Amino acid sequence: MLRFTIHRILHVIPTLIIISVISFFIIQLPPGDFLTTQVAALEAQGESIDPAQLEALRVRYGIDDPFWIQYWKWISNILLHGDFGLSFQFQRPVIDLITERLPLTILLGVATLLFTWAIALPAGIYSAIKQHSAADYTISVVGFVALAVPNFLAALVLAYVGFAYFGQSVGGLFSPEYVNAPWSLAKVGDLLEHLWIPVLVIGLAGTAGIIRTMRANMLDELYKPYVTTARAKGLPEGRNIRKYPLRISLNPFISTVGWSIPSIFDGEVIVATVLALGTTGPLLLAALKSQDMYLAGGIILIIAVLTVVGTLISDLLLAAVDPRVRFGKA
Amino acid sequence: MFSARRRIRERDRAARAAQRGLAGAVVDAAELSDAEAILDIQGLKTTFHSDEGTVHAVDDIDLVVRRGRTTCIVGESGSGKSATARSILQVVDNPGLIEDGRILFRADPEGPVRDLAALRSKGDAIRSVRGREIGIIFQEPMSALSPVHTIGNQISEVLELHSDLGPAQIRERVIDELNNVGIPRPDERIDAFTFQLSGGMRQRAMIAMALIARPALLIADEPTTALDVTTQAQILDLLGELKVELSMTMIFITHDLGVVAEIADDVVVMRHGKVVETGPVDQIFHDPQHDYTKELLASLPQRSAPLGEPEAPEATPAVGDAVPDGGRPGSVDVVEVVSDPRETVRHEHPQARPLLRIRDLRMEFDAVSGTMFGRRRKEKIVAVNGVDLDIAEGETLGLVGESGCGKTTLGRCVMRAYDPTGGELLYDDGSGAVDLAGLSQKQLLPYRRQVRMVFQDPYGSLNPRMTVRQVIGEPLRVAGLARGSELDDRVETMLERVGLRSSMASRYPHAFSGGERQRIGIARALITSPKLVIADEAVSALDVSVRTQILELLADLQDELGLTYLFISHDLSVVERICDRVAVMYYGNLVEEGPAEQLFANPQHGYTRALLSAVPVADPRVRGTRERVVYRPDEGESEESAA
Amino acid sequence: MTSQTQLPVADPESDDPTGTETTDRLDTETGRSRTEVTSAPQWKLIWWRFRRHRLAMIGMVILVILYVVALFAGFFAPFNTTSYSGQHAYQPPQIPHFSFSEGFYVHPTTGATDPETLAPVFTEDTSQMVHLGFFVEGDPYRLLGLVDANVHLFGPEDPGQRWYALGADRGGGDLLSKIIYGSQISLSIGLVGVAISLLLGLILGGISGYFGGTTDTVIQRIIELFMSIPTLPLWLGLAAAVPPQWGPMQTYLMITVILSLVGWTSLARVIRGRLLQTRGEDYVLAAKLDGVPTGRIISRHMLPSFASHIIATVSLAVPAMILSETSLSFLGLGLRAPAVSWGVLLQNAQSVNVVATAPWLLLPGLAVVLAVVAFNFVGDGLRDSADPYGKRS
Repeated sequence: MLRFTIHRILHVIPTLIIISVISFFIIQLPPGDFLTTQVAALEAQGESIDPAQLEALRVRYGIDDPFWIQYWKWISNILLHGDFGLSFQFQRPVIDLITERLPLTILLGVATLLFTWAIALPAGIYSAIKQHSAADYTISVVGFVALAVPNFLAALVLAYVGFAYFGQSVGGLFSPEYVNAPWSLAKVGDLLEHLWIPVLVIGLAGTAGIIRTMRANMLDELYKPYVTTARAKGLPEGRNIRKYPLRISLNPFISTVGWSIPSIFDGEVIVATVLALGTTGPLLLAALKSQDMYLAGGIILIIAVLTVVGTLISDLLLAAVDPRVRFGKA
Repeated sequence: MFSARRRIRERDRAARAAQRGLAGAVVDAAELSDAEAILDIQGLKTTFHSDEGTVHAVDDIDLVVRRGRTTCIVGESGSGKSATARSILQVVDNPGLIEDGRILFRADPEGPVRDLAALRSKGDAIRSVRGREIGIIFQEPMSALSPVHTIGNQISEVLELHSDLGPAQIRERVIDELNNVGIPRPDERIDAFTFQLSGGMRQRAMIAMALIARPALLIADEPTTALDVTTQAQILDLLGELKVELSMTMIFITHDLGVVAEIADDVVVMRHGKVVETGPVDQIFHDPQHDYTKELLASLPQRSAPLGEPEAPEATPAVGDAVPDGGRPGSVDVVEVVSDPRETVRHEHPQARPLLRIRDLRMEFDAVSGTMFGRRRKEKIVAVNGVDLDIAEGETLGLVGESGCGKTTLGRCVMRAYDPTGGELLYDDGSGAVDLAGLSQKQLLPYRRQVRMVFQDPYGSLNPRMTVRQVIGEPLRVAGLARGSELDDRVETMLERVGLRSSMASRYPHAFSGGERQRIGIARALITSPKLVIADEAVSALDVSVRTQILELLADLQDELGLTYLFISHDLSVVERICDRVAVMYYGNLVEEGPAEQLFANPQHGYTRALLSAVPVADPRVRGTRERVVYRPDEGESEESAA
Repeated sequence: MTSQTQLPVADPESDDPTGTETTDRLDTETGRSRTEVTSAPQWKLIWWRFRRHRLAMIGMVILVILYVVALFAGFFAPFNTTSYSGQHAYQPPQIPHFSFSEGFYVHPTTGATDPETLAPVFTEDTSQMVHLGFFVEGDPYRLLGLVDANVHLFGPEDPGQRWYALGADRGGGDLLSKIIYGSQISLSIGLVGVAISLLLGLILGGISGYFGGTTDTVIQRIIELFMSIPTLPLWLGLAAAVPPQWGPMQTYLMITVILSLVGWTSLARVIRGRLLQTRGEDYVLAAKLDGVPTGRIISRHMLPSFASHIIATVSLAVPAMILSETSLSFLGLGLRAPAVSWGVLLQNAQSVNVVATAPWLLLPGLAVVLAVVAFNFVGDGLRDSADPYGKRS
């Protein structure tokens, strides 16, 4: 197991390097740079800029350096000094901006994942066991619709419903009085009260997808000969299903936990923008729009690293629970 | 998930419920049609309902299983034999349902008689019978056992359910039982997963699971069908021994009459969900009453006498207990022979001019092995290891061996479906020898029409998206040899020649049964007027009666068209029936080769002897007269590594 | 392989189509007679099976309607996308009244802003009527981009009058017309995007599956890499790179390319898997042994067998594309006004406050849901009927 783990971790390193290059490349893509955007904005307001000062800024930020030098400066600072650079827009270190918001993002992500699984797995299993029942059809149809609703639309509708019928603002993760308050039990409670809406909205499509896959997996396994064998031993139905087909049909999910992180993050960007949540999503959006490259690059990099680490964990988990993977017989 | 205490409480509750359920199903002992009966099936009907219609898998059958005997249920696919067995325990595959009838079961000779069909299929009562009073073994142990649980875990479960033993005692009993079924190093194997065991070992584990609670009745549902013939012999021996040792009753389901002759006391012949004939094994084989039974028996190659005693010039037989698979001395005489697998025993050479001379043929595959933990290393698998073989014009050469011996690879090398790693394939149709192994794909084209292949799987080898006309005509069309109505005419003539109607040409393969599809496959092979036809397990997927028809067709066509056959098969009885000469392969090596009569009568190589001694003989009167030969290669490889 | 296959002893002399499990199954699955089934080619079997899939047929009908409406948008929409009436900003939907003497009509309204709440207020003038009718003349448009026309299916009989079936947007434009025109972009971007993805997927998945070995490993690693990057930042980054001064057509193409750059990975995986599976089929080997050239093996023997699976996968990929376009445009990174797509229309509903005043602005979202559900139904049905020969799970 230890060798497998080390082997797998060594595999991850080149992936991370390539991802960091790609993230940096993406943020360099838009024509122009942050300064030209700023200058254009200032000139539009009728202000003029001292060309010398501008030049000084360009040199300071290394904006005219070739791509590889910029990349090297950026990545070596991150690796050697943990320095993600300075956000042009906020004039603050990127790392501060990220650490402010990342915990909430992760909290939201984990909560969504748990919620999705807690709803989808039992629903999928039930749907498979009671195949062709009314409940099965209901779950399927609801799933189809949930899969089709863009999550920002769901967020808008929930927001509208909350606003129109409960007269309460559903935006944000905290009530106004807690936003700047220090952490306390009451603040945690307030957070939980607000958390469910984004969790529901982000998890919607994922839930529907997992229900469908779980149902299909379970139907595949339910009629396998080994289930009959277990039944012929005298095992009660419920225990049989829990021990054999369920156990095996869960494996594909364990192996895809890692892959679901990007899609949760995708959902988070949009929903957080609509619901004005203080997570990294809106920050990234703003940074991309204003070409605040270090900020955007830093966020993308961290999300990608989280994804890769998630994939790694799910691979290890799968090896731990499935002997076929462990012994290379899958 | 469950605490131990809760589990025990749950078990006690279930036991009480089971008692009530069983008490409700008690029937007067006088209702049994035979006082000796352990199981008496009366008017059983099992039906499969689905959107696709209703299938009466078991259609009103009566069947008595007498205590202490082995009852074989024999029949072709779709006869309902398996559904009958599963109905007894109410574990019929979804969406099967027992519609009617009684299944009277008397576990103890003096005990109460209960109607198992009256119990609820998910109730506690039937559960208390399953595994404890009736054990069952299934066909394919790989899929019948969970891949993610150790065999120990799965076997222990039976005792957890049906006994009061604690975990440590259970483990001890399981190890003990694994030892009983002949699994070496049981204290390690108990923690093995199914994929770490060979097919034979897996089936032994399955047997241990079925027997650990000492049921009065064991149902074996085609337990050896998926196994090689030598492994099958071992498993049959084991079952025979255990049955005596544990004094149990056995229901054995099979399609193989040879197996029936080896082990049955009573025989039940089934067809289309009905019982056709029942009787003691000797009567069934020597005085069959029903036409269908006679037809089945007629389709068997009748081996007149038991195998001759080998002269053993090279083999050094050593009688003893040290059988490599850990088997114990039982009712069968076991002889162990050791010989070198790399040496080929050759009987006299054929007189006729060879059409194909295979010289030092080698085929190696790269295989990625190693676990996810270890480094992946590339290994070479030698599938064919320097084989020399001649195929004479007009003869039928049988190539036999067990799975993984390289016989199919050899056939595909000759077809150049694979590019051989080394050696020569000298093909000579009278106009000079050509080395097929050295030709480019383009140069090979004319020979592709002379050397043709009939595939094993009549379902996979016909493109379902093409009509029969297109499938059969394809080789002529791409070669530009015929087109339009001429092509159609030739296809239709060929269809009639293989016993189909020319009007069937516009149908798609899905409209045909297995036997008909195999006829189409033969028509495709013969449309180019070939010299050499390689039939790779061409009849293995077919039922006995259909198999006979196809073999007859192949023989007729050979006479008519002067064909040469390379007939690849694992089934020695088929090979004996139709082949002029036979070649035996073992792990890539050709171990023996010679005229069929000589080779079958007087096998020389240790492996050939082992193989032949393992083939069941379809005559119950021969039972017990033969010794069982076990082969051990010279290098001392264990059977285990051959997973 | 030995068990549960064919029925024993088929009489080869009989001319009746013999019963096999497959024919029996296909009989019942397709609801056709046995004689018909025995000589039915694959596409017929698929179509018969598909037709029995009720949800898929519903989805199919919806899609046909949606695409017909998109194709003839000018005819079905009461107004042009450019026609507006400033005083009708945020006009709520007007349901047509009907009387036998007047036919269909609505009352004209005048808008004003409530001085206290700043919310728009509309007063109906019940003394007057806007008469509505079928095949009325109105805003000019070019049918299919070819024929100049000005006839609309349903709308005000007097071209100068306004009628807001689904309400008006901020600029006083008719939402219904905009949704209909928007479907042209939203429904086509999915198809075009998937076509590009499919091309990429076919090339890379094909190379990967056909050559195997190192090539396969490298391409698989690249795909894994793509899948571990969150797609949205990738889109955002790429979309932000599209110069704002580009015209709608260029932006449209660019957005399609961006969407497909991200979407090809899963298609490539499916294609590779299918290719590997098909390559291992006995009948492909049989064709090779028949002397069939490689090109013909691929086109005649392999392609037909996985084409249906690919079509099913593609039809399930289209809705994802539609959703992506909507999301991108909604965030202001995709298409921008004056281009009209469902995502662009939903930009108007970005804040809860606007939604609270004019909830009908969410209706383009309903169109998205309808289209996506329909595509999913059809895709599901296709997937289930794509392989009429395989065993049923």
